[in-house]
Amino acid sequence: MNERMTRDQLLRRGAVGVTFLSVPGLLAACGGGGGSKSAGSSKVNKVLEFANWPYYMDTPATLKAAGIHKPTTPKEFEKQTGIKVNYYEEVNSNPEYFAKVQGRLSKGEGIGRDIIVSTDNDRFLGDYISNKWAQKLDKSLIPNIKNLIPAQQHPPFDPHRDYSLPWASGMDGIGWNDKVTDPVTSVKQLFEDPKLKGRVGVWNSMGDTLGLVMLENGDDPAKVTNASFNRAIARVQKAVNSGQIRKFYGNDYAAVLAKGDLAATMAWSGDIANLADPHVHWLVPTQGGIIWTDNMIIPLGGSVPTASTYMNFMYEPMISAQWAVGANYISSVKNVKQDAVKLDPKAASNNLTFPTDKTLSQMHQNDPAMLRNPDYNKKWLAVQGQ
Amino acid sequence: MGEFLHRHKGLTPYLLLAPGMLWLTIFFLVPMGFLGYQSLESGLFPHFHFSWEFSNFSSALSGYHTQLIRSFVYAGIATVACLVLAYPLVYWIAFRAGPWRNLFLLIIVAPFFVTYLVRTLAWLNILADEGPVVRILRDIHVLAPDGRLLATTFAVIAGITYNFFPFMALPLYVSLEQIDARLLEAAKDLYSSPTQAFLRVTLPLSAPGIVAGTLLTFIPAAGDFINAALLGTPNQAMIGNVIQAKFLESLDYPTAASLSFILMGTILIALLVYARVVGPEKLTG
Repeated sequence: MNERMTRDQLLRRGAVGVTFLSVPGLLAACGGGGGSKSAGSSKVNKVLEFANWPYYMDTPATLKAAGIHKPTTPKEFEKQTGIKVNYYEEVNSNPEYFAKVQGRLSKGEGIGRDIIVSTDNDRFLGDYISNKWAQKLDKSLIPNIKNLIPAQQHPPFDPHRDYSLPWASGMDGIGWNDKVTDPVTSVKQLFEDPKLKGRVGVWNSMGDTLGLVMLENGDDPAKVTNASFNRAIARVQKAVNSGQIRKFYGNDYAAVLAKGDLAATMAWSGDIANLADPHVHWLVPTQGGIIWTDNMIIPLGGSVPTASTYMNFMYEPMISAQWAVGANYISSVKNVKQDAVKLDPKAASNNLTFPTDKTLSQMHQNDPAMLRNPDYNKKWLAVQGQ
Repeated sequence: MGEFLHRHKGLTPYLLLAPGMLWLTIFFLVPMGFLGYQSLESGLFPHFHFSWEFSNFSSALSGYHTQLIRSFVYAGIATVACLVLAYPLVYWIAFRAGPWRNLFLLIIVAPFFVTYLVRTLAWLNILADEGPVVRILRDIHVLAPDGRLLATTFAVIAGITYNFFPFMALPLYVSLEQIDARLLEAAKDLYSSPTQAFLRVTLPLSAPGIVAGTLLTFIPAAGDFINAALLGTPNQAMIGNVIQAKFLESLDYPTAASLSFILMGTILIALLVYARVVGPEKLTG
């Protein structure tokens, strides 16, 4: 008998073959390998895995610019404790990072990081804590927690600071490149100046962008109503439709601004100083800016003792002073200014690290209820074409 | 084993099919079933529940038809551009390059030894607003003094064209290279002009290459998101960008999953129409 088969027969038999496979077995095979479980060890590790935003650490270059001749704070930490800091500048935006790690965290698995940093003017910091994806700090290892300024001791997302400590505060403002444009001083100019068409950046984070737009509209970002929210969204939508806005950025706007593809963009206060490009400047918009705080948390799987040891180190006044001057962001350590001046006499006049009362009077905070509102979040994504 | 196979000849095709079928089942059918399940869920992250939520499809379609249509327009233009650019080039390589053929093919493929993302990122620098290309184009008044290339529809389509070029060029080359030169000589002997010979001999014989090339270019281009993300603005967002953002930023899995199915379905319909027009035998070569 001729055993040759037609193509048709072959396909038919193949299809039958598939049904022999056990589906549950396959599903199990797809589940992915084990991976580290959440149980963090109780001993201090030799390495700290630290995920943070770009432009957020004192570097040899920024310290040199400030006239400080000391090792950077991560190097100093290693010297004092023998713990090496593996520093990952991998947080580009709160929603992106949350999306990246939530899969493992929701299964109770670690993400290979001992500390991650998340901002209080986005809903995700609260989500990490309320989902129990953050571990409790070991305060017995953080005696320096006494140095935390009172204003930061009882935030709504973590009333007793059991899960989080501030990394830095910063301000929302406008950055511009003087090779491409004259100073851009207001959101109105950013959104409507025809000379800036297609060369304007805004953030993909709702609190930051809409906060600045609400201030421009004369609305209060700390007390958002449906009307003020819709006004702000409409204004952004108009700037998208007219082609004024080039893109919704995370922290990746900085390099594009320095290159000159962006003429002006919404920008975070210290980033521009840390870019150290003489052509790129930063200012508080005429209608005011937004102030926020980034917080360190220990994700599931992270080593609590190692992370707590590092947090204690960062709350050492002299260390925090050096970091603040080198990173150009605002420290949450008490009396840090006195120590900073000892390191660099010019530091006292650094408006990014130690904002003047006038600057602080221009700062506002986001309404936490706005950040959590699912309907608002939906509209915010829609305006980005998502 | 050999003895066993000899006695059970009927098993051979199953054994031959098994690895491929296993692969497709694990990495295609199972995820596809999961995606279908997800597309009918409702709720907000992280609490989705299955509820036969067919309205996901209609709301996804009404919310994002602009990006969907834009994706097919961009992919269509890029496919035609690839064809127009690739055909003369590979024609020349196949018929005129002689011993240098392989070298030229290598030159076409060489940029693709670098990853997709890096290649596209390179365009960010080449086309930069303050870069040399834009400056020269401004100087010779091709671009307005404040004109730009990046963050435009042109940049996105050009990026797609560039990135999918080899998928057009290589199948075209294969079909052109196989053409028996004697057929062209015969056409000449029968008093056809070069144009006639091309239209009546070369072009029909290269049709399988054109069909394969257009499919290999158009299908992935319609779902592409890298080019629009890097070279465009929100006004150039394609359906791939929406799906990516829904999955990875807004964590709206049901909408992302239903959009994926809508994209697949639309491509499938386009493919069937195309097959009807060009004749199904061309699709399989």
